[in-house]
Amino acid sequence: MQPFTLAAPGDVAGATAAAASAADAKYIAGGTDLVQLMKDGVERPQHLVDLAGLPFDRIEFGADGARIGALVRMSDAADDAELRRRWPIIAEALLASASPQLRNMATMGGNLLQRTRCGYFRDTGFPCNKRAPGSGCPAIAGDNRGLAIFGGSAHCVATHPSDLAVALAALDAVVELSGPAPQGGAATRRVALGEFHLLPGDTPERETVLRPGEIITAILVPAETAGLHSHYLKVRDRASFEFALVSAAVVVGMTGGRIDRARVAMGGVGAKPWRLPAVEAALAGAPATPSAFAAAAAHAAEGAQPLSQNRFKIALMQRALMRALTIATA
Amino acid sequence: MTQPNFTRRGFLGASAGAAGALAAAPRLGRAAEPAGPSGPVRTPDMVDIVLEVNGTRHKLAVEPRVTLLDALRERLHLYGTKKGCDRGACGACTVHVDGRRVVSCLTLAARCQGKAVATIEGLANGDAELHPMQAAFLDHDGFQCGYCTPGQIMSAVALVAEGRPLTDAAIREWMSGNICRCGAYPNIRAAIKDAARRA
Repeated sequence: MQPFTLAAPGDVAGATAAAASAADAKYIAGGTDLVQLMKDGVERPQHLVDLAGLPFDRIEFGADGARIGALVRMSDAADDAELRRRWPIIAEALLASASPQLRNMATMGGNLLQRTRCGYFRDTGFPCNKRAPGSGCPAIAGDNRGLAIFGGSAHCVATHPSDLAVALAALDAVVELSGPAPQGGAATRRVALGEFHLLPGDTPERETVLRPGEIITAILVPAETAGLHSHYLKVRDRASFEFALVSAAVVVGMTGGRIDRARVAMGGVGAKPWRLPAVEAALAGAPATPSAFAAAAAHAAEGAQPLSQNRFKIALMQRALMRALTIATA
Repeated sequence: MTQPNFTRRGFLGASAGAAGALAAAPRLGRAAEPAGPSGPVRTPDMVDIVLEVNGTRHKLAVEPRVTLLDALRERLHLYGTKKGCDRGACGACTVHVDGRRVVSCLTLAARCQGKAVATIEGLANGDAELHPMQAAFLDHDGFQCGYCTPGQIMSAVALVAEGRPLTDAAIREWMSGNICRCGAYPNIRAAIKDAARRA
């Protein structure tokens, strides 16, 4: 690892000031992804700003829903009884992620900011437009089995690896951000989780709407999606401790045996959690039956642009979706 | 059992040092104050920390890039914690920090100021008595080459303390962060179940 200096501020203003004090500064929270990337030379910050001293490590509940501090560890969120009772899909997605040790370290906010698992991004011996803009994308004609079938561009076809983000997208969660205000001090804003991550387009190095110096302070989960039928299904090459080939998050409101409203997001298929409005429309008002699920899942791959090695994801995502719906509504 | 008065590491280090002394030209370096006993040269960016390891407090000056794993092994000479992948994937470096199992290879030592670290060396009750998990790993042959074993045991102790279910499926899942390339998994599971019963 190249040398760096370390600052440990106690509030947002201190953190943003510390980040602004040095060129090439990075925030560190759990560090499970960043330290790996630094060891491999993918990230080479001169200055790290430690966020551990900031007061965002609590889960609170109110009339609007849950407010999960960005520094809450994945394991603590997964074990939180009230969160599990009202939005069990969050714990399902968390417990399908990483390993017990990593979940004890990694934070909820950092999880949303983890970088892609595309092997070309993580190996500095290769070009990569995300890591070195303009250098090219070997994945498009190369090893792309695990990469995106939605939302890719001529410059990048990476997927976002988070399970949590997929579940939160299906819950209509919101991300709270805080950063330097133009007049000094800190300014807070809220962004829907579905709009937090960016598609690669011509600038795959830009992955989120975060502005320079801005940090995630909390994840807000709305009360409207509490207590609904839901399931997170993850399909991967190993039974555990592996990233998703495809995953499905379904959140379903039902009356009798009929679906009022379904929220559906999929992971492993795009640069961001992939909501499927056509599937959701097909499920609205439909009976919770295998044939209705199959008819809805037929819309899942609309607009897909598979690469040379990942066409299998089309059938896989449809089947994962049908199974997740079956389990959620059982 | 009497302990031999040398270690593999000490022997290899002394041998390498002797060879190096013959080959290396005298080095000219800037005068620098040592960072502590057996410590590296102090640099301006070093951070002073206190680590409580297995109940003993250690003062250390570390560069921010030093991992907890390297601080334990290279500075505190606690070689029980192993470096496998050094990327958080294998679990050989598992220790407990403030009671929670973590991978020490992705933990920066400078961020552990004042924290309590537990390693494999601290599990046994001195020379008198092994921890029940250590005893169960011996009884059930929960290892072959032994390299992953300290990490497996630290993870297994945490699994029991966390109150996870003790079915085969649950143990597989909750031990998924510890890889054993010898494939001792069935015996590791048996050891964990047995130790949980003994505890």
